[in-house]
Amino acid sequence: MAAGKIDPMHQFAIAPVGSDQLAASPFQFTNSALWMLIVLGVIVAFMWGGRKRELVPGRWQAAVELLTGFLDNVTMQSIGADGRKYLPWIFTAFTFILAANWVGAMPFGIVPAAHPFTVTSQFTVTGTMSIISFAIVLGVGFWKHGLKFFTLFLPHGTPKVLLPIIFVVELISFLVRPFSLGLRPFIAMFAGHILLDVFGSFVVQGLNSGSIVGYGVTALAFAFVVFVNALELLVGAIQAFVFALLTALYIHDAVHLH
Amino acid sequence: MDLASAQVIGAGIAAIGVGAAGVGVGFVFGSFLQGALRNPAAAGGQTGTLYIGFAAAELLGLMAFAVAMIILYAR
Repeated sequence: MAAGKIDPMHQFAIAPVGSDQLAASPFQFTNSALWMLIVLGVIVAFMWGGRKRELVPGRWQAAVELLTGFLDNVTMQSIGADGRKYLPWIFTAFTFILAANWVGAMPFGIVPAAHPFTVTSQFTVTGTMSIISFAIVLGVGFWKHGLKFFTLFLPHGTPKVLLPIIFVVELISFLVRPFSLGLRPFIAMFAGHILLDVFGSFVVQGLNSGSIVGYGVTALAFAFVVFVNALELLVGAIQAFVFALLTALYIHDAVHLH
Repeated sequence: MDLASAQVIGAGIAAIGVGAAGVGVGFVFGSFLQGALRNPAAAGGQTGTLYIGFAAAELLGLMAFAVAMIILYAR
């Protein structure tokens, strides 16, 4: 597209992969499913390489131990001494979001016929993960405390007059949590990839224009794309960390009720 | 004014909120740095709190972005 309209939304399109024998079926193997499997493969390969359990860890094992130790630390600090029960889900959420963000940021587009796809740029994926987090919070809360779980919405020391208002405010704040938890990683990836696509198109269009100004635009846009790519890696890690941290904090609320 | 032009203008106005969230995120990290330089020993234990504040400030900017996208691509 020389001077055509930039279409940054095309990269988020979900399409079936492979033969269309199942075209009439509601169950399709889409590019989203394919890239989820690739992300899973990356995670399994990474963890498998660090399973040698040597006394003096090599580089790979040290990297894996860094990851597990970091998440163990976050969980224990946020939830408390009995936090290890909830580590599996926090580990799953963190590694999946991190791997999906980073695999999605890799330049697979230069391989012919490969269509890179960022799994976490779909709200269905991050929203489902936040619903799982929230189901764990509600399940743990009602399992441990029964109906006393509702005292979560009544902070200690609230004046009697304010109780109804505080209850409603806390309830709304509690109900918005799964929405905001899933929205955060989704929009961060979505916005970053739109930015990359738009400035990547500037590079191509500047080259095609054939003028001095066009080459200048190409050079500036290319430098910016490199910068944004580095920023994307940072944002991907921060969003995965924030998801894990907030999940741990919400579970702490459910376990300890303030 | 036709609908398409109004959508583009509206999306541009909605994107102002992203800049406001940028101010918020900068304030969070700047304040943390100020406190951390005064008492570096206590800074390490507060990174969790830092990222909670960052997440809360950033969410509003992301919301503004989402609103801009909805306005821009609404049919």
